Amino acid sequence: MSARLSAAFAKGHPALVCFVTAGDPTPDATPALLDAIVAGGADVIELGMPFTDPMADGPAIQAANLRALGAGTKTADILRIATDFRARHPQVPLVLMGYANPMTIRGSEWFADAASAAGVDGVICVDIPPEEDPELGPALRAKGIDLIRLATPTTDSARLPTVLDGSSGFLYYVSVAGITGKQAAAISSIKDAMDRLKAATDIPVAVGFGVRTPEQAGPIARVADGVVVGSAIVDLVGQHGADAVEPVRALVASLAAAVHSAREHAA
Amino acid sequence: MTAPNPNSFRNQPDERGHFGAFGGRYVAETLMPLILDLDAEYRKAKADPAFQAEFDDLLEHYVGRPSPLYFAPRLTEELGGAQVWFKRDELNHTGAHKINNCIGQILLAIRMGKTRIIAETGAGQHGVATATVCARFGLPCVIYMGATDVERQQPNVFRMKLLGAEVVPVQAGAKTLKDAMNEALRDWVANVHDTFYIIGTAAGPHPYPELVRDFQSVIGREARAQMLARTGRLPDLLVAAIGGGSNAIGLFHPFLDDTSVRMLGVEAAGYGLDKDHAASLAGGRPGILHGNKTYLLQDEDGQILEGHSISAGLDYPGIGPEHSWLRDVGRVDYTSVTDDEALDGFQLLCRTEGIIPALEPSHAIAAVKKVAPTMPKDSIILANLCGRGDKDIFTVAKHLGVSL
Ligand SMILES: Cc1ncc(COP(=O)(O)O)c(C=O)c1O
Repeated sequence: MSARLSAAFAKGHPALVCFVTAGDPTPDATPALLDAIVAGGADVIELGMPFTDPMADGPAIQAANLRALGAGTKTADILRIATDFRARHPQVPLVLMGYANPMTIRGSEWFADAASAAGVDGVICVDIPPEEDPELGPALRAKGIDLIRLATPTTDSARLPTVLDGSSGFLYYVSVAGITGKQAAAISSIKDAMDRLKAATDIPVAVGFGVRTPEQAGPIARVADGVVVGSAIVDLVGQHGADAVEPVRALVASLAAAVHSAREHAA
Repeated sequence: MTAPNPNSFRNQPDERGHFGAFGGRYVAETLMPLILDLDAEYRKAKADPAFQAEFDDLLEHYVGRPSPLYFAPRLTEELGGAQVWFKRDELNHTGAHKINNCIGQILLAIRMGKTRIIAETGAGQHGVATATVCARFGLPCVIYMGATDVERQQPNVFRMKLLGAEVVPVQAGAKTLKDAMNEALRDWVANVHDTFYIIGTAAGPHPYPELVRDFQSVIGREARAQMLARTGRLPDLLVAAIGGGSNAIGLFHPFLDDTSVRMLGVEAAGYGLDKDHAASLAGGRPGILHGNKTYLLQDEDGQILEGHSISAGLDYPGIGPEHSWLRDVGRVDYTSVTDDEALDGFQLLCRTEGIIPALEPSHAIAAVKKVAPTMPKDSIILANLCGRGDKDIFTVAKHLGVSL
């Protein structure tokens, strides 16, 4: 497991994982947004790779994908954004999140090499389930990049070992069956899921989908190792464009305060 | 003689849903357990004589099968070469081959205890067929359709509504079939517990390409028996239009091990292969979209390009994975015809045979028009007339400069 990722989940408080789409609203605007997310206190960065057909995403991230592609964002731009990020932030873990086709179109080895050279710690691929692992998993593992899998409310106990086999870095628990940006699940169901997942694995579990506010993030952080926030950040970029830097920093700071202190209130 | 033939072209996919390097199950984790359930349930249904009997009964008495096999004398004479025969699936209830698949899938949905049906549609034929079986079995139905297609296929939109379906216009992307499929998948992940997704072509995650092919293979099984009964021989060439490839694989599959039978799949070349088109085999590369690996129209970064065809049922930037495999192993030939050639084919069939075809099989007719004259008069071409043209008269009128 990547040293940066394991360190992010070993800080003595729950981790805040923040998502933003690369190239939204333009490739040139992304570095300052990433810096704002780091300045706000995020522990892990998920950099979305835009795709023409983001079928697991709701309207907010769909629109972000379209803005990024409309601004001419290419895979080369995303890799350059990652490389420059790594130079500015040697310690902050960076995860690429996206869909199978842009990741595998030049071959999985090409992608793993390029991601590794760019200082990427992990990869989340929405549409490669464990059943199709050979498509991407072996190439990433060979380069020491974590393949972060998703578990969902439909992943029952019989299937969970299949999902965990070959997962590393952290496990991303999708709290609701649905697309990104939906309503968050009830905290009681997240707690039950966490009990089930933690009984099955030692890797950290982060909970995402539908988490928008510090009020939602805090209680989740009380039961999970990390909380993922995406659409709420992407919405700010949609509203303010390149001027979203300060609003994004402020939102991330409020989320970080809630997530990092969640266990203190729990005692 | 019951040992499986290792050289057969008819034993794909493998148990993981791979047709050679193509196919597979590239879906989000939320869907994966359901996809596995569907696979298990389909294996049971396939082995259950009661399921097959109900399917056959509905095809006979509700759909109107078997569809006729028709020798086209005036078209044959005009083209001056091979005899041209048509499998008349445009005479099915709802006017296209799509209903064969919908009957099979709704029976599966009911078997699985699902109470809500969703589907994507391009031309609206699959949407109409899905709305039809939902009315027949009393299940609520939501159809996703690109907003562009809603515009150009108004008669079918109205039909779906008459049949009680909710039609959701999809505003994303180019607002055509691919975008409708994305939206249907988004609905499905959010409603896996009660919803069955009736996919309209032989594509998507395993087991869809296999089960759609199996349900559509009634076309080829009937045609093979009918041709043998009428002429005492097999055809020399099969021709079918390809959107996702369901009518084509339905015709081809039962003949795949008949080595004397050549096959030709016809993609939509739109404005021309050097311009906007929807010919994924001719102009695409293998990639992953909508749950399967197959030839796709895409750029060097793997971003999917929009297909274009005059036919709303063909402008999809992908193709079913079994066709990708059949093309790579060389068993089936693939060609493409342009919008203009399809319009000519459309008018040719109207004029010579008194049959108004849909724009999709008009592509097959255009290909027949090119190859029939090059073949001897005692040879036989069998083309799939997979849909009737009522839905397309507005589009055709517009292209012919006629206002209705
Ligand atoms: C009449 C007809 N033929 C063909 C097609 C294309 O689909 P497929 O290639 O799956 O047969 C359609 C799709 O809408 C259609 O309506």
